[in-house]
Amino acid sequence: MLKNITLGQYYPGNSPVHRMDPRMKIYLTIAYIVAVFLVKDLLGYALAFLFLLFMARIAQINLGFLMRGIKALRVIVAFTFIINLFFSAGDTPLVSWGVLRITREGLQNAVFFSLRLVFLVMGTSMLTLTTSPVVLTDGLERMMRPLARLHFPAHELAMMMTIALRFIPTLLEEADKIMKAQMARGADLESGNLLARARAMVPLLVPLFVGAFRRATELAMAMEARCYRGGAHRTRMKELGYTRLDFAALGIMAAFIALIVVQGAFVHVGL
Amino acid sequence: MDQSDKIVVQGVCYTYQDAPDAALCGVDLSVHAGEFLAVLGHNGSGKSTLAKLMNALYVPTEGHIWVVGMDTRNDALVYDIRQHAGMVFQNPDNQLVATVVEEDVAFGMENIGVPPAQMRIRVDEALRAVNMQDFRTAAPHMLSGGQKQRVAIAGVLAMQPDVIILDESTAMLDPAGRREVLQTVRRLQREKGITIVWITHYMDEAAQADRVIVMNEGRIALSGTPREVFPQVERLRELRLDVPPMTELAHDLAAAGVPVRADVLTVEEMVEEVCRLSSKT
Repeated sequence: MLKNITLGQYYPGNSPVHRMDPRMKIYLTIAYIVAVFLVKDLLGYALAFLFLLFMARIAQINLGFLMRGIKALRVIVAFTFIINLFFSAGDTPLVSWGVLRITREGLQNAVFFSLRLVFLVMGTSMLTLTTSPVVLTDGLERMMRPLARLHFPAHELAMMMTIALRFIPTLLEEADKIMKAQMARGADLESGNLLARARAMVPLLVPLFVGAFRRATELAMAMEARCYRGGAHRTRMKELGYTRLDFAALGIMAAFIALIVVQGAFVHVGL
Repeated sequence: MDQSDKIVVQGVCYTYQDAPDAALCGVDLSVHAGEFLAVLGHNGSGKSTLAKLMNALYVPTEGHIWVVGMDTRNDALVYDIRQHAGMVFQNPDNQLVATVVEEDVAFGMENIGVPPAQMRIRVDEALRAVNMQDFRTAAPHMLSGGQKQRVAIAGVLAMQPDVIILDESTAMLDPAGRREVLQTVRRLQREKGITIVWITHYMDEAAQADRVIVMNEGRIALSGTPREVFPQVERLRELRLDVPPMTELAHDLAAAGVPVRADVLTVEEMVEEVCRLSSKT
């Protein structure tokens, strides 16, 4: 069961969005974030919602998956809402109880800031849902490549991410084995208060860390034996390349941003 | 020095940093082209050190090692040496780097700058050679130990090496995995003419080699074909090694006065030998 864990929230598929170049997906996600910040009123959010629906349809992703990200953030969203509701500056009071008062501006800020968060999470989930961590790492490495000239360790970072992804399941398996071994010898990992349980984790973490260091040493030697010498002179089996699909997506995103800008300038529907 | 020898070890000593004694001393050895050489020895006998010296992971403290004519002391040749003498390690989990099988097979080639199109072809070929083509896109942690080792072999194979050094690559596998790996390696030796250096402490694996050397305390204690080495039952016991069961039986029978041949290695040979004896009487 531990073997089948999925990392991140990647949802395997073969939709046009899944097949896009990861770099383009990252760029477009950044463009989308900018677009969300350009939204000024409820009509704008309605347009953004339609856009997300449309993208989810193309990516063959259930809207529920997009919502799941928000669930994890519900405390932060609620917090943002309450802070903005009570503490925004404004001079058109709607209700007031003693020192607490809700102004029209406060309500507006509360609604918009919370919506902004929700839309940011849903949009960025689209990236992580349709791109496997491996491909994402590849994309990031390729994007950071120009920075290597400024001595930014782009290749090293990507290699570290790849190795981390490779070893997470292995280490989880090992943790599971150690836990069972400790339990077989009477270790109690489940009862007691938080402190007692944290203390019970120590005999689990020590062998896990020692094991991880041993693995790292062996892996380093194996990599050296396979001629690894950093990013210089390295070729890649799978070269990334933009296709018509990526340019189509770029067009769609440009149209969406244009729509948001035009709508913000000419039509205004607010609270 | 015979020009056709793949690896030549000459008067090599190696001392680990901060270690009082040499792990290896005065070793002379030639690995002939196309042979299957098994290196036996108990823990700490220096057999793993020898493997790492052959791959230029360590440089000898004394003496020289030539891999396909290249001296491992020459820093400029290190990556050529590692390409020509590929290495497979003991722990299958700790030598796979990538998250997808085919990407891992490509890792070594990526490091030496093989063009992408050629890489694709060589990855597919290597995976077919170890019979792992169906797991091309699998994640390494989903594979069995034997399968992981075969992927590691494919990664080395894709670099088109002359020699593959396997450093106790079956030690952590179950019997089925061990058989898988040994069969794969023997097939590569037979069909592709790749020279194999097989480091192990399993006698039954060494029995399948063309030549065996036994290491003890950093020196070569015995060397010869399995048929020459294994009948020296007393000597092998002194070196803390198990003798193959049938050889041991032959030895005990001989000691009890039954005139069996001393160099029996397998059950089949023992059966033949016993039949020969019984037909005589």
